[in-house]
Amino acid sequence: MQAQSASGTAPVLSLRGITKTFPGVRALNAVQLDLYPGQVTALIGENGAGKSTIVKILTGIYQPDEGTIAVDGQEIRFPTAQAAGAAGVTAIHQETVLFDELTVAENIFIGHAPRGRFGLIDTARMVEEARHLLASIGADLDANIRLRDLGIAAKHLVAIARALSIDARVVIMDEPTAALSHKEIHELYDLVEKLKAQGKAILFISHKFDEIFRIADRFTVFRDGQFVAEGPMGGVQEADLVQMMVGRAVDQIYPKRPAEIGAPVLTVAGYCHPTEFDDIGFTLHRGEILGFYGLIGAGRSEVMQALFGITRPSKGACKVEGEVRVIRSTAEAVEAGIVYVPEDRGRQGAVKGLPIFQNVTLPSLGRTSRHGFLRLAEEFALTREYTRRLDLRAASLDQDVGLLSGGNQQKVVIAKWLATRPRVIILDEPTKGIDIGSKAAVHDFMSELAAQGLAVIMVSSEIPEVLGMADRVIVMREGRIAAEFVGETMTPENLVRAAVGIEEAA
Amino acid sequence: MTAASQPTPRHIPDRLKSRLSRTLKSWEALLLVVAAAIFVANALASPYFLDPWNLSDASFNFTEKALIAFAMAMLIIAGEIDLSVAAIIALASTVMGSAMVAGAPVWALVGLGIGTGLACGAFNGLLVAGFGLPSIVVTIGTMSLFRGISYIVLGDGAFTGYPPEFGWFGQGYVWWVFSFELALFAVMAVVFGVLLHRTNFGRLVYVIGNNATAARFSGVRVDRVRFILFLLTGVMSGVASVCLTSRLGSTRPSIATGFELEAVTMVVLGGVSILGGSGSIPGVVIAALVMGLVTFGLGLLNVPGIVMSIIVGGLLIGVIALPRLWAMMRK
Amino acid sequence: MLSSLLKSREAVLAFAILVLVALIALRFPAFVAPSNLAAVFTDTSPLIILALGQMAVILTKCIDLSVAANLALCGMVAAMLNGMGVPLPAILLAVIVLGAALGAVNGLLVWTLNIPSIVVTLGTMTIFRGIIFLLTDGKWINAHQMSAGFKAFPRAAFLGLPVMAWIALAVVGCFALFIARTPLGRALFAVGGNPHAAVYTGIHIGKTQFAAFVISGALAGLTGYLWVARYAVAYVDIAGGFELDVVAACVIGGIAIAGGAGSVAGAVMGALFLGIIKNALPVVGISPFWQLAISGSTILIAIAVNARSQGKKGRIILKQAEHRA
Repeated sequence: MQAQSASGTAPVLSLRGITKTFPGVRALNAVQLDLYPGQVTALIGENGAGKSTIVKILTGIYQPDEGTIAVDGQEIRFPTAQAAGAAGVTAIHQETVLFDELTVAENIFIGHAPRGRFGLIDTARMVEEARHLLASIGADLDANIRLRDLGIAAKHLVAIARALSIDARVVIMDEPTAALSHKEIHELYDLVEKLKAQGKAILFISHKFDEIFRIADRFTVFRDGQFVAEGPMGGVQEADLVQMMVGRAVDQIYPKRPAEIGAPVLTVAGYCHPTEFDDIGFTLHRGEILGFYGLIGAGRSEVMQALFGITRPSKGACKVEGEVRVIRSTAEAVEAGIVYVPEDRGRQGAVKGLPIFQNVTLPSLGRTSRHGFLRLAEEFALTREYTRRLDLRAASLDQDVGLLSGGNQQKVVIAKWLATRPRVIILDEPTKGIDIGSKAAVHDFMSELAAQGLAVIMVSSEIPEVLGMADRVIVMREGRIAAEFVGETMTPENLVRAAVGIEEAA
Repeated sequence: MTAASQPTPRHIPDRLKSRLSRTLKSWEALLLVVAAAIFVANALASPYFLDPWNLSDASFNFTEKALIAFAMAMLIIAGEIDLSVAAIIALASTVMGSAMVAGAPVWALVGLGIGTGLACGAFNGLLVAGFGLPSIVVTIGTMSLFRGISYIVLGDGAFTGYPPEFGWFGQGYVWWVFSFELALFAVMAVVFGVLLHRTNFGRLVYVIGNNATAARFSGVRVDRVRFILFLLTGVMSGVASVCLTSRLGSTRPSIATGFELEAVTMVVLGGVSILGGSGSIPGVVIAALVMGLVTFGLGLLNVPGIVMSIIVGGLLIGVIALPRLWAMMRK
Repeated sequence: MLSSLLKSREAVLAFAILVLVALIALRFPAFVAPSNLAAVFTDTSPLIILALGQMAVILTKCIDLSVAANLALCGMVAAMLNGMGVPLPAILLAVIVLGAALGAVNGLLVWTLNIPSIVVTLGTMTIFRGIIFLLTDGKWINAHQMSAGFKAFPRAAFLGLPVMAWIALAVVGCFALFIARTPLGRALFAVGGNPHAAVYTGIHIGKTQFAAFVISGALAGLTGYLWVARYAVAYVDIAGGFELDVVAACVIGGIAIAGGAGSVAGAVMGALFLGIIKNALPVVGISPFWQLAISGSTILIAIAVNARSQGKKGRIILKQAEHRA
């Protein structure tokens, strides 16, 4: 696929053959990307397609293993964040990377504030320039107010103003509307139009098809770290993009075994939280794998963490095998037989500085010990039993978990929970960032667990995984259950539509 | 990617390195060598050093601080710190003094001393584990508060005239040259060693120090463990207060000034990571002996006490700095 | 509503100070006589100066427990230099440089070796005091061993206030300018408030922490001279435990111990609050021995209050909740 501009102009920024490998994962494999002046290019792909890696390469935070970056046809390197800024590439990040205690003007200019007499910061000029910048993006903000006093949307505008305070030619917007309300999103669209008119090249990363169709001029699709396609938005259909994103139907062979779906194990009714989710209710049965699909930030993990006792719902009830359970702490969740394999494995899942066996027996110490005293032989026996079932690869059972690959760390976390003989296991993005081989092992094992009568909830943002593994799928959007699919209605198109909120075609 | 492509599970050995080889390469082993070297150097430098009664006297240099250091080690391994321990000693001593003046019997004095420690520990624990406040500032605050109460009670005065029987805890001997304090040190070393290294509770201390979030996500009642650790530290400070008050035979509000620093130094010298997550009781025991021997040896050489404090401060920084410097050099 | 509440943190403290002074004045009107208030301010000057240095350090997520020992060492060196006949301006320069150098030792250990500041400064605190002993063999330098000019300078009246108070005011002014108008001053907030983002904006965390320790040290050095000259005595244990008062002043003044938040006005008022209590105790007839317990309780109350106002906010997913917030 040749890069060609609709208007015939040359790209400002051009990436060729970019490859980036992390231990165990190839995040990007010889991808290409072209950005043209005065045009918005939408980068489309599922979670894990390599979008955030490319943003980090463009802003000088990661260095590519292979490939070239060219600005105006000149090959260039971005060894630091400053170098990328100097070349005119600036990014507005997903999370605002700003400082609450500084004023709006200071946030915009920190690191390159105008100086006046005695080398002191020329506050008057800085505020004036900040006002000018804010006005240029149509932001009605007081430049002297402290950032902590602003809402999320206003902070976002400050981040944009900061990005523009560096004389940028390429502006990267990484999910800029994720935290904005309807009105604010429209203001952002106006802003994008203004930037286009100024001739800036914009890379727009979003999951939301309606906005892509509204503001993008071109698209580029990545899938699994590979470049799939690019072209002008004119003439392309939504269904085509979904197809490109998801790939040739579900092409991986998932080892889903038929399991007998039995009696309800977990019944959740009317779970509410003041800010995170609202009116969540569902029933989970023995032998069932229930998929939870949605965009990142849809509130899926928050619901699961409430079930696991990390946060407390403001309303709602939870029944395990017909018995009402009030879960105020993780310890009570484990007692109730609900366990949770978190998405953030390094921080919440594994204790990396401790050996495998100590990780595995952590919630089962009551069983392996006698009168509160450790019995190492019992611990090793239990660890051996469950790590063998999961086909763990390690040098020894007293090896520190931090030394294992991501996939094997995940197996340790799962082994830890299976050793407690749970009734419900919640897996939050269980195969995120782990290698293909371990992925298959986790899938295989999940299937086996269901076949043995365990009730499984799988939170996943990967459509093939959801479709391949789940018996039933609940789609969440903005903290609420948007739809539920089972059997033939479980199609990639239906899931994506429900997750992004596209109305059914009338 | 089918199930068939997976080989049968491999056998994974329980351990690779033997425990012996680990022990030999440990910080504790190095420390033991240092202790032995200091012992020999002292024996050569002063003819009085090898006298068993002198050595027994020397043990008072470290026993009280070491009692606190055992509990402090567990607290630091769990990622917290208690800077109020010396102030707890002062407050517990003041409570005992007031009770003594009121005519309380010896057993009541001991009970009140330990009880005050328990109450102070509970207060720290409540603020840190209950309200989620940072332990450094909380204990800087309680350090002023606890000692401040002693000052309110005593002003520039002192309690003296403890009953002679009370003196046994700090001055008595269990058998031959072995003082009560030394015996208590040995017993507590074993108790804390078993608690930290052989029980579920000790395991949780390491887990929380390594990754408190993951501990919570594994069903561990993190705050309960933290609270108990502050309780333990309070109790051990109370015990140390009984010993120290008994040994000195008096209570002044300035009693045990600087003990918190020496206890923390002992813990860090013993190989406990100040950032939490690793360390051992045997290490702290050897560190206590090293500090005791150094103090005693310098004392025999007529080096003044405040110079000792330079050495303590230097040790505290040096023990952490040297391995880091070494790692930087090797890069 | 939230913004006005947060802005008023300093206002709350100012109000508390006014109430405190009013309560005292109700029973003891002499306390609010201008001359007495000036005396209270002068007496609190060392605490104010040190609290500002400590503020710089705390903003960067560190703590400096060695300030009082640094003060004592610099004060002793000032007295010794005076004994050798060194002129006052040279002494002033010397103590500031020495204080900064001692601060630099702390800063270097924190920056290059990444040792937690609490450990570093607990250690240097005892080392600095030990060095005083080594310098003096534990002897005191008393009033009669100091020159008249050396002792008189901080007490000399100028426009109705002693020089010591003017120095404190000058330090407050310069420090406020430094915090508000220099890149380093702003970087202190960035490093403590969001270290991750600070790196992205080209700010070096270690170097900024180093600079904060140097500032804290230099101010401690200056205070060392003022202290020794004012009280006309120098020995190993002067200002013993004063580091706790300094930390207390910052905590009361709303300097977040987690770094990144606080104001010069807050730190100054935190120091004044403690200074007023200290000076009022004898007036009201409470034993000065109460002071330690009072400052301890105030620290605890202040951190509890600050922690409540900085309660963690959850993620906002529900749209309606965003508008409610």
